[in-house]
Amino acid sequence: MKKNIILAGVGGQGILSIAATVGMAAIAGNINIKQSEVHGMSQRGGDVQSHLRLSDKAIASDVIPKGKADIIISVEPMEALRYLPYLSSDGWIVTNSKPFDNIPDYPDVDGLLADVKKVKNHIIVDAEAIAKSIKSRRSSNIVMLGAASPFLDLSMELLEEGLKQIFGRKGEQIVNVNIEALRLGRKFTEENM
Amino acid sequence: MQKLLLLGDEAIAQGALDGGMSGIYAYPGTPSTEITEYVQRNKYAKENKIHSDWSANEKTAMESALGMSYAGKRAMVCMKHVGVNVAADVFMNSAITGVNGGLVITVADDPSMHSSQNEQDSRFYAKFAMIPVLEPSNQQEAYEMAYTAFDLSEKYNVPVMLRITTRLAHSRSGIDLSPQKTENKLSLPKDPQQFILLPSIARVQYRKLIAVQPELEKASEESKYNQYFDAKNKKIGVIACGLGYNYLLENFEDIEIPFSVVKVSQYPIPRNYVEKIMNECDEVLVLEDGYPIVEESLNGFMKNDKVKGRLTGAVPRDGELNPNIVAQALGLTDTYGTDSPTSLKGRPPQMCKGCGHIDVYEALNEVVAEIGEGRVFSDIGCYTLGALSPFRAINTCVDMGASITMAKGAADAGLIPSIAMIGDSTFTHSGMTGLLDAVIEDSPITVVISDNSTTGMTGGQTSHAVDRIFDICKGLGVHPDHLRTIIPLKKNHKEMVEMMKEEFAYNGLSVIVPVRECVQTASQKARAKIATKKMN
Repeated sequence: MKKNIILAGVGGQGILSIAATVGMAAIAGNINIKQSEVHGMSQRGGDVQSHLRLSDKAIASDVIPKGKADIIISVEPMEALRYLPYLSSDGWIVTNSKPFDNIPDYPDVDGLLADVKKVKNHIIVDAEAIAKSIKSRRSSNIVMLGAASPFLDLSMELLEEGLKQIFGRKGEQIVNVNIEALRLGRKFTEENM
Repeated sequence: MQKLLLLGDEAIAQGALDGGMSGIYAYPGTPSTEITEYVQRNKYAKENKIHSDWSANEKTAMESALGMSYAGKRAMVCMKHVGVNVAADVFMNSAITGVNGGLVITVADDPSMHSSQNEQDSRFYAKFAMIPVLEPSNQQEAYEMAYTAFDLSEKYNVPVMLRITTRLAHSRSGIDLSPQKTENKLSLPKDPQQFILLPSIARVQYRKLIAVQPELEKASEESKYNQYFDAKNKKIGVIACGLGYNYLLENFEDIEIPFSVVKVSQYPIPRNYVEKIMNECDEVLVLEDGYPIVEESLNGFMKNDKVKGRLTGAVPRDGELNPNIVAQALGLTDTYGTDSPTSLKGRPPQMCKGCGHIDVYEALNEVVAEIGEGRVFSDIGCYTLGALSPFRAINTCVDMGASITMAKGAADAGLIPSIAMIGDSTFTHSGMTGLLDAVIEDSPITVVISDNSTTGMTGGQTSHAVDRIFDICKGLGVHPDHLRTIIPLKKNHKEMVEMMKEEFAYNGLSVIVPVRECVQTASQKARAKIATKKMN
């Protein structure tokens, strides 16, 4: 297997938790991984991305070449579109529909979603609403991971193992709510593909 | 044993710990910060009291590391590329003194300036100082180099530079570990004069450094990190340095590379391999994630047509490498997705909601609008974001500490008052000596030390300035009547405006210290408190 994944969002939105979960899942599954992330200045409310590469063979580059990403997972619609130069022609774009508006000239959301829909393979999910339905607004990033999970070639068991490793410190309840968020995200995609 | 999933930075820290390091010294700086942070939270390091507290700046860090080396133990000092400028004095001279315990200088360069003021290449510094460089092409190599660099340093009696770039620093990969080495015992240098750089001794030491150069060259030629891969096609050969080798491999995932390749990961440049590829191939492409140092060395002053790279336009002159740039340079089929829609807007970084620096800028802008713009000299930290909309509050950002001294120079020229805007951690890094200059001349400037009680931009590391700023300012000789403080909150806006007006009007040195903790570190502490409560 080989998957190139771009995680997109804004500094502070929790994309590094998604990356860490997938990373732990990959290690548990004995799959090679490289995951590059942005630290420093951009973390202060700027656009951030993480390149996540999984393979059963050795992985060379830490960054995904343009045109070679299999999936873009974005926790915010405008950021999903920023990485289109990286998306392969048959790649998937999985994005949250809820904008993160922290700039004065944020574009019209319907227009952004229309642009997302121009990509052949897309999933648009209201992750906030799903996270709210289980009373855990902070889990919307894990809802997004769940929504992307059918395209990752990682079993749900491995992803749930990843969640246990990442959130285990914070107690069983936090682990369980995130597992539920993951499952609901996946269910949404399975019903809307 | 299961692999550890580590950032390149963390792999270096783990390698140094496993390699018998007794202490690490650093000032936070992207993309090098995570090396020291890893040691700070490592269990083995805690149990064995491996030193890992932050230093005031890169110069003090490197001097402490050299002191640890003097005492026979293995030490590492870490910094970002521009940190070498701060540490340059001791860096250059440590090559002359040589080492006792192994000494490794880990430098994380930032080509493309993701979080920096320039993209200087630290390999130049190493060449300047005549010391070896290790430049890993991936995380595993970074681990192994950190593990063995102390041996290299002790064997040849020179400090060794371990040079990485942003992408390697901030990318995770699975790492296989080597067995733990023991720390060195305390021991004095065999030659009691080795570290006394009086001219008469320094000349002797410098000749020793010159004499060891052929041995360093030989070590490079024999290093397992440098390799020659022969291939039939001699039309083009590639010299790939550090991460450049990694990007080259990416373009040949499933097929063998059809041309000869020299992988360079240890310097001085391995002459045997480079001569071979220069002799055998019609053209040689040089891939370097940084300045065209190897390329320039091969070209010499008289350009030859054979060598291609950043100087010939085969590779862009500036910015970091990536797999697509390498594909283009080699004439391979390049890949690209689709363009982003034109409706896409930029999203620059900004100060956090509720940040105290914002309140300071709101007051400052109001007063500056009255007295005339173009007089705010700022510095390096989160508050540098005050340059961007909606504040556009600062006029300079050059190097750590330059706010105070540039304001002084401008005031000397007649721009009165001039205002310096500096953070607490930057102040103790390099602002104190400049403030002393201003005290001596009672310069008509106002220094605003916007104190958020942390090193914010790099993620909230301990600031040396916490609870010390007033004592430092008083000790340096700032007049108590013109050393004032305020809590930067909306409700204190008017009071802060008045305070600034008064001090800007004063024809002498004044210091205003707005103090309110960084909202990020404050909320982290609050969350930790709640978590502890729940556990109890």
